[in-house]
Amino acid sequence: MTRRFRLLYAGGVTALAGAAAVGLAAAVLLSIGASPLASFTVILTGPLQDLFGASEVLVRAVPLILVGLGIAISFRSGILNIGAEGQMLVGILCSTAVALALPHWPKAALLPLSLLAGALGGAAWGGIAGVLRARLDVNEILSTVMLNYVAAQLYTFFLRGPMIDPEELMTGSGTPQSMRLVKAAWLDRLVPGTRVHAGLLLALALAGLVWVLLWRTTFGYRMRAAGAGRKAARYAGIQVERSLVSAMLFAGGFAGLAGAVEVAGVHHRAIEAITSGYGFSGIVVALFGGLHPAGIVPAAVFFGLLLVGADMTQRSAGVPANMILVLQGVIILAIVSAKQFLDNPYAMERAARLLRRLGLRGAPPPADAAGEP
Amino acid sequence: MFNQRAGVFNLGCEGIMAMGAFLGFLAPHLLAGAGYGAWANLAGLALAVGAGVLMGLLFGLVTVSFGAPQGIAGIGLQMLGWGLAGTIFRRFIGGVTGVEGIAAWPVPGLSRLPWVGEILFSLTPLAYLAFLMVPASWWLLYRTPWGLRVRAVGTHPRAADTMGISVVRVRYQALMLGGAMAGLGGAYLSLCQAKMFADDLVAGRGFIAVALVYFGRWTPWGILGGALLFSLAQALQLAIQVAGIQFPYEFAVMLPYVLVIVVLALARRSRMLGPAALGKPYDRERRV
Repeated sequence: MTRRFRLLYAGGVTALAGAAAVGLAAAVLLSIGASPLASFTVILTGPLQDLFGASEVLVRAVPLILVGLGIAISFRSGILNIGAEGQMLVGILCSTAVALALPHWPKAALLPLSLLAGALGGAAWGGIAGVLRARLDVNEILSTVMLNYVAAQLYTFFLRGPMIDPEELMTGSGTPQSMRLVKAAWLDRLVPGTRVHAGLLLALALAGLVWVLLWRTTFGYRMRAAGAGRKAARYAGIQVERSLVSAMLFAGGFAGLAGAVEVAGVHHRAIEAITSGYGFSGIVVALFGGLHPAGIVPAAVFFGLLLVGADMTQRSAGVPANMILVLQGVIILAIVSAKQFLDNPYAMERAARLLRRLGLRGAPPPADAAGEP
Repeated sequence: MFNQRAGVFNLGCEGIMAMGAFLGFLAPHLLAGAGYGAWANLAGLALAVGAGVLMGLLFGLVTVSFGAPQGIAGIGLQMLGWGLAGTIFRRFIGGVTGVEGIAAWPVPGLSRLPWVGEILFSLTPLAYLAFLMVPASWWLLYRTPWGLRVRAVGTHPRAADTMGISVVRVRYQALMLGGAMAGLGGAYLSLCQAKMFADDLVAGRGFIAVALVYFGRWTPWGILGGALLFSLAQALQLAIQVAGIQFPYEFAVMLPYVLVIVVLALARRSRMLGPAALGKPYDRERRV
C-alpha cells in the first residue's frame, strides 16, 4: 500500500465523516425550520465578534480541558468513564465545603487546599466505579451513569440542606445555592473585564503533566498497555486491575478539579446546574482530541466556541441550545465510525479494491493479491 | 435484550427512549383539539416505534457495518436522541403542557377484586402489552428459527456465518426490534405515566434497562423480575415522599440508582451465561 494512497484514504475518510456529521446536523436544523447555514455561521463566528465573546470561549474551554484530560486517561486505560458529570458535582461539594469551613485562612493555603479537596472528592467518586469494575467486574459505563444520578441528588440535597446560603433562608426564596466564597478562595482573573481566570494556566500546565505521565513514565506506559490489550498486558506482568482503579482515580480527580476550578474561577459559589453538561462534552472533546493532550487543548477551545455559539443561536436564530447535544452526538458517531476505518487495514484494502473496480487509476493493487491462490 | 443476545450492546437505549417519549407525546399534543381521541395516541405510538427503528438502524450502521466500539457509539446515540427530543420540544412547544394520555383499561370484574384488583388489572393497554411481551419474547427467542439465529449470532458469530446466517442482517433486525421496543417504552413514560414531556423524563431508565438485562441473565423472565424489583424501589421512593417521613427526599430518589449498582455488583457470577460475543464487532475478513 503506497504512502500516497494511505494519506488519500485517511483524508477521504475524515472528509466523509465530517460531511456526514455536518449533513446530519443540517438536516436536523432544517427539520426545525432553521437555516443551517445561518446557524452554523452564528455558532462558529458569533462568539469571536468581540472580546467578551472570545474570552467566554476560553472560560468554557477550561473545564473542558480538565474533564477531557481525565477522560483521555481513562479511555487510554481501557475504561469508559461516563461519570465526569457526577465526579464534577462531588468535587464541587468538597471544594466548596473546605472553602466555607476555613474562611480566615490566607489565600496561599486556602485556594490550593480547596482545589485539592475538589480533586480528591472527584477521585473518590470515580474510584467507586473503578473498584467495582476491577473487583466485581461491574460494567463501568452503567455504574458511572448511575453514579451521575446519585451525585446529582446528593448535590441538590447539600445545596438545599446543610450548605444552603443562610440568606436564602432569611429572604425565604430558598434558591438552592451555597454562600458566596471568601475572596481568598477565588482564582485570579487574568484579563480585566472578562471572566478568564487563572484556571486556564492550571489546565494548560496539567495538560503538559498528563502527557509526561502517560508517555514518559512507566506508570503511564502500564496504564496504556492495560488499555491496549488486557491479556498481553497481564502476560507482561502488569496488574491490569490496579491500572483500572488508578485510571478512574485520575479521571475522577480531573473532573472534580474541573468542578472546583469552575467554582473558584467563575461562579464563586456552588449553584444549581453548574456543570452545564461539561461532563458529557468532555467525552466528545477527548475523542475529538485523539485522546492526546496536544489534541485535547485545541479541541476544548473549539468546543468552547461551539457552546458559546450555541447559546448565541438561541438568542439570535431561535435555535434551542439543546442543539449542541445533537451536534455532539453526531460528532461522536462520526468519529468512532471514521476511526474504525482508519485503524482497520482490511477496510483500506477493501477501499482500494473498490476504487480499482470503479476503474480509478492510482489505486494500488491490494496487498494480498499476490499471496492468494 | 434482543440487542445483546445478538451481540450488540446498545447503550443508545436512553436516547431512543427520549425520542420515543417525545414523539409519543407530540402527536396527541398536536391533534389534541381536533377530536381524534384515541387515534392521536396511536399515531404517537407509531411515531415512537418508527423513530426507534430508525435509530436502531443508525446504530447498526455505525456499530455493525462500520464496526465502531459500541460503548462510545451508544453514548453518541444517547446524546443525539436526547438533544433531538429536547431541541424540537423547545422549538415548538417550550413549556410544560400535559396531554390526556392513555387512560387505564380496567379489566371488567377482575379489577374489583380486593387488594390485587387495582394493582394488577387496571393498567394502561401499553402496560398489559409490556407484560404480554415477556412470554412473547421468550417464545420468539427460544421457539422460532429466528430466535435461534439471534442467539447463534450473539454467541459465536463466526460459526453462524459459516452456517450461512448473515450476521449483519440478524444484528440489524435485532437492533430494529430493540429500537422499536425502546421507543415504545419511552412513549409509555410520556403517554401513560407522566402524561407530559420534560427533558429529564427518561432519567436513566434506558441505562437501567441495559443493566436489567445483565441482572435478568439475558432471559425474558429474569428481566421481568429485575424490572419489578426496580419499580418496587421506585414505588418505595414515592411512598416515602408521600408519607412525608423525615427523610431527605433526595436520598429516596437515589434509591433505585443505588439499587441498580448493587444489583450489577451481585449479578457478576452469572456473567458466564451471557452471550459470548457481546460487544464485539464482527468482521468476516478479520482473523481473530
